[in-house]
Amino acid sequence: MKVYYKTLKDLPREELFAPGHRMCAGCGAAIAMRWITKTLGPNAVIANATGCVEVTTTPYPETAWMHPYIHVAFENAAAVASGVEAAIKTLKRKGMWDAGDTKVVVIAGDGGTYDIGLQSLSGMLERRHGVLYILYDNEAYMNTGIQRSGSTPKYAWTTTTPVGTAVRGKIQWKKDIMGIVMAHRVPYAATASVAYILDMANKIKTALEYTEEGPTFLHIYAPCVPGWRYPENKTVEIAKLAVETGYFPLYEWERGKLKLNPPSNNHLDKSKRKPLREYFKLQGRFAHLTDQEIAEIEKELDAYWEYLGKLAQL
Amino acid sequence: MCQRMPYEGDRDGAGGPMMQIQKTKRVEALTGNYAAAYAVKAVDVDVIAVYPITPQTTIVEKISEFVANGELDAELIHVESEHSALSAVIGASAAGARVFTATSSQGLELAHEVLHIASAMRLPIVMAVPARAISAPISIHNDYGDVMNARDAGWVMYIAASAQEVYDTVIQAYRVAETVNLPTMVAYDGFLISHTVEPVELNDEEEVRRFLPRPVRPYTLNPKRPVTMGPLASPDWYYEFKYQQVLAMKEAYKVAKDVDLLYGEKFGRSYGVVETYKMEDAEYAMVTYGAAFGNAKAAADIARERGIAAGVVRVRLYRPFPTMDLLKALEGVKAFAVLDRAIMFGSPAEGPLYKDITTAMFMHGVDKPAVNVIHGIGQRTIYVEDIYKVYTMLRENPRKEVVFMGVRI
Repeated sequence: MKVYYKTLKDLPREELFAPGHRMCAGCGAAIAMRWITKTLGPNAVIANATGCVEVTTTPYPETAWMHPYIHVAFENAAAVASGVEAAIKTLKRKGMWDAGDTKVVVIAGDGGTYDIGLQSLSGMLERRHGVLYILYDNEAYMNTGIQRSGSTPKYAWTTTTPVGTAVRGKIQWKKDIMGIVMAHRVPYAATASVAYILDMANKIKTALEYTEEGPTFLHIYAPCVPGWRYPENKTVEIAKLAVETGYFPLYEWERGKLKLNPPSNNHLDKSKRKPLREYFKLQGRFAHLTDQEIAEIEKELDAYWEYLGKLAQL
Repeated sequence: MCQRMPYEGDRDGAGGPMMQIQKTKRVEALTGNYAAAYAVKAVDVDVIAVYPITPQTTIVEKISEFVANGELDAELIHVESEHSALSAVIGASAAGARVFTATSSQGLELAHEVLHIASAMRLPIVMAVPARAISAPISIHNDYGDVMNARDAGWVMYIAASAQEVYDTVIQAYRVAETVNLPTMVAYDGFLISHTVEPVELNDEEEVRRFLPRPVRPYTLNPKRPVTMGPLASPDWYYEFKYQQVLAMKEAYKVAKDVDLLYGEKFGRSYGVVETYKMEDAEYAMVTYGAAFGNAKAAADIARERGIAAGVVRVRLYRPFPTMDLLKALEGVKAFAVLDRAIMFGSPAEGPLYKDITTAMFMHGVDKPAVNVIHGIGQRTIYVEDIYKVYTMLRENPRKEVVFMGVRI
């Protein structure tokens, strides 16, 4: 990652995400959108998958987007962006593009990325389009009312994984989307969090610059007030705890090298991580967890850290 | 609304003087699919996204050759599905590029969701569809089940009946699409046209480009003029969006006729939106679409030799439906049959074209005996003799019914 912004004062001032949108108070994705648009600067086209961000920002005849923006459907944002990128490339070559060095950016939620949009994402990555794909991950289908997705963590409550007497929350583990993206040998991919704005902004800018070489990917952790069942003033606190407990490590994959970023770079040593319970206890979706279930999640998380540690040594 | 209505000016403007026919004729032996690819090259398309499927595949193969040889300056996106193919050309068209895609059968079904979005977003996409039967059972052969399933998706739809017409219609389709801002489909019989070699007269490419000047499109994805495309519409707005599509379709009827005439003046070939054969004095008519036109013409000739005043009507523009032209073509007949090559299961009559024609007649107070003949399903051979039999049926026992021909019952 190249450090474009050293302090908060260096961050871009121009606001490109208009207020008045219908996102919830305390929405993690809204924080992400504000910083994504600021960091991109005005010369970018945004392709958005169907989802919370899409429906809350474009109620006709209003829009929160100051960028040229297109929404087509749920599963195809990466394909749409592939077409936009190819169009700009050809139109430039033929002298018919007047906007200079325009970047193409996808914004999609976890449903549109892990599940229904995985195929078009894979196609875009394989074809090496110069597109930055940004996933805002709130770990369920929040737009339709909190249904489980491939990103929902194990044991989490959702409306389709209720906590019953026979089954307690989601049965399966969360899909490793970063692993899937890295397997496409992209030049740059990174995780980021709405609690670490400087880190996130530098990663957005780095990922944007790397689109010269090929597709890039950002996985932004974006807590959801109604879906995770917590008070709306706790979004940043929860996002921060996700990182501090090692639950959502901050790292980047740059030209085949994995690097853990602060504070996650200290977390290979488990004793430096805060207890996982601190992250769970603030969220209603985990309120039912037993000690045994937390221990099981912790064991899986330890294994994941071991895997990350090995990748970091490659 | 982006509108470009330059036909009148074209007649003595950049397009050259009226009635100018190109001087150099170039004739190639081409399949219908290659004819489509040659048209795409002539049109100077910017972005093409296609996924292989039989019988479409040879279009993208030929286009790949053109791109590989530097004969066509375009980005060719090798998408991972037809859904992504149409999605990618939606993105490219929205960004201001001239685009092309093609598919058949299951591919058209997979892309069906996006068909509706392409038309509602008013993007001038052109798509070739060599028609093929739909699974199950899987069949790579021809009928119009795929095309007919897409008939209400808001696309302008042509059905061509020869390789030459495929070439001419793809070029016309861009003019229509870019004038009314609707995506346009050029369908034709899979294999029977897509893979059959015919002599095809090719236009001078410079002339084609003069016929298709780049339209002024004020709403594209450009950071200098940002717009939001594909927003959320509440019940207060959704209907108005849809009604604009209704109006655009009505306009497309007129534009398609004008473009065909203008094309004829410039390149010497035109077809009309409805083509007729020996209909001047016909008492009995066969109405159809696509390559079956040839069989029907041969049958009409035989019928006339045997004393039946037979004629044929071919629907070339299927959407918007050429109601007035069709009613006029069938004005003088005592009875007619509609040869449909697709089945609408459970419908009052199973043929889609029959349904359109009978609805049109009902609305205009016309009541005639009309038989719906379902044939050619999954490329079951349609014999000339079969169609001759229909003519005798019409004469001997004119009635209203659906007949499934060529099937073992």
